[in-house]
Amino acid sequence: MALLSVREETMRFGGLFANQSISFDVQEGELLAVIGPNGAGKTTLFNVISGFFPPTSGSIHFDGEDITGKSSHDVASAGLVRTYQLVQLFKQLTVAENVEIGSHRVTRGGVFSALFRPEWMREQEKSVAQGARDLLRFVGLEHQADMMADTLPYGRQRLLEVARALAAKPRLLLLDEPAAGLNTQETDALAEVITRIHGTGTTVILIEHDMSLVMKIAQRIVVLDFGKKIAEGTPDEIKAHPDVIAAYLGGTEMADA
Amino acid sequence: MTSHVTTSIEPSGIRWQSILPIVAVLALAGLGLVSSDYIVTVLGFAFIYAIFCTGLNFFMGYTGQASFGQSAFAAIGGYGSAILCTDYGWEPLLALLATMVLSGIAAVLVGYPTLRLRGHYLAMATFALGLIVYEITIEWTALTQGYMGYSGIPPLGIAGFALDTLKHQLVALVVLSLIGVGIAARLRQSRFGRALASIAGSESAAQALGVDIARYKLIAFVIAALYASAAGSLFAHFVGFISPEIYGTTMVIQSFAMLYLGGIGTMWGPMIGAIIVSILPEALRGLKEMQDIAYTAVLIFILIFAPRGLAGLSVLFRRAHGRVQEKA
Repeated sequence: MALLSVREETMRFGGLFANQSISFDVQEGELLAVIGPNGAGKTTLFNVISGFFPPTSGSIHFDGEDITGKSSHDVASAGLVRTYQLVQLFKQLTVAENVEIGSHRVTRGGVFSALFRPEWMREQEKSVAQGARDLLRFVGLEHQADMMADTLPYGRQRLLEVARALAAKPRLLLLDEPAAGLNTQETDALAEVITRIHGTGTTVILIEHDMSLVMKIAQRIVVLDFGKKIAEGTPDEIKAHPDVIAAYLGGTEMADA
Repeated sequence: MTSHVTTSIEPSGIRWQSILPIVAVLALAGLGLVSSDYIVTVLGFAFIYAIFCTGLNFFMGYTGQASFGQSAFAAIGGYGSAILCTDYGWEPLLALLATMVLSGIAAVLVGYPTLRLRGHYLAMATFALGLIVYEITIEWTALTQGYMGYSGIPPLGIAGFALDTLKHQLVALVVLSLIGVGIAARLRQSRFGRALASIAGSESAAQALGVDIARYKLIAFVIAALYASAAGSLFAHFVGFISPEIYGTTMVIQSFAMLYLGGIGTMWGPMIGAIIVSILPEALRGLKEMQDIAYTAVLIFILIFAPRGLAGLSVLFRRAHGRVQEKA
């Protein structure tokens, strides 16, 4: 059974079909990329899947459960965690604290446990702090742990956002253009991190403009254009697909990749 | 290796930072105890405001939401305590706790619909809440005695042992405000506190990590109301007299000045701000007609040179400290 199953998903804003009857499946452990020209509806698709708005019609199933129209924090609680195209860090907090907040989904406790600090709560706090350090090492930010998040260079802010999402131990990680605004070296570092995340068994869906990145790491690609799915297949199949080449106006980017 | 050095000095840094303010507060209180009743009264107000601001800091500092109406809950606490103790002969402590429960319930009822609003709209809605309760304290004379106010409110006491003198009460207020800060610090340094901070940082990122932002905003609002209610009750017992103006807009403006001056979102900021904003006008009293100008000048001066508030300055010490350690 597919981990994520999108069926006939349509999202209409007034007269505009941002997504039109999009269907695809994502298997457990897969690394899928969603590509398409600007305005193709990629981010809308992410927003619908992650519960930021309900689709006009169609359904989203995650792990066999219907999550269509559920609120974003419920979707996240179920294990479907996303990042944003524009970095959304907790700027006034340290790098380590940003990652610690990420563990919200997989920890428990409210006002009373915070006040009375039972044994399990103290243990949990320790493992949250330790887990955050481990994840920062995983993405290569261990030396910046005590810096304020907004003092990091942009490329590292991206990595921090990924580390924070990983702290939520996602079953499915949605990355919305993680390489946007990064230089070549930063993109390479990011590609390596994404590959390692995938290597640990996390299912990943990636929206990306950077074709070389997508062609290098994705196992399967879904292509959107004007809100519709125009192709789906392996990187090699997509490179050769006539509709995809047409959508990219001759496919100069494809040729580079 | 640098990171190892910095992490290893962290615990000592935190300990130093948490002990110093307590020592300073106790020293100030000790100084108050050997001074005149007038100074004791000023300090008493300062610590009552410290409690109010520590609560407000949950909502405005940690969670990053605006409330211009927290004085409403202080009024519920103050009037509730006044009525229960003078008309019904309740124990002050019992009345304080009962009115806190009442304020908490009121905060849930008011917060549930209004906290859907954001930014300026939330500010307006909460401001209206403050004004409505203010009007009630004036107009519902059968309950509140209107402009006449309530007098003869008994001082705070525990199990029949009344704290008769102002100095006894000051000690109680210092202890209570320190407990208030301690509770706030514990709550902030937890999964709960981090969830609040995530809302202040970015609501959409918080949601994407599974934080139920509506729920956490409401809890922060209720906690702020509980603190405000306790502060309102304590004021009534400390002064023995309350009237509508006490819980009016001035209270809101005062508390904002305290929060921003002391350092919004920090552990000790609310208390530092409350003490300075309360004491400063008294310290400048000798300047006579220049007093207000000097007061304002000092406030502006502090905000220019410490835009994150006075508590934010401790970061400078920590950084300097860290650098020395790294070199060694």
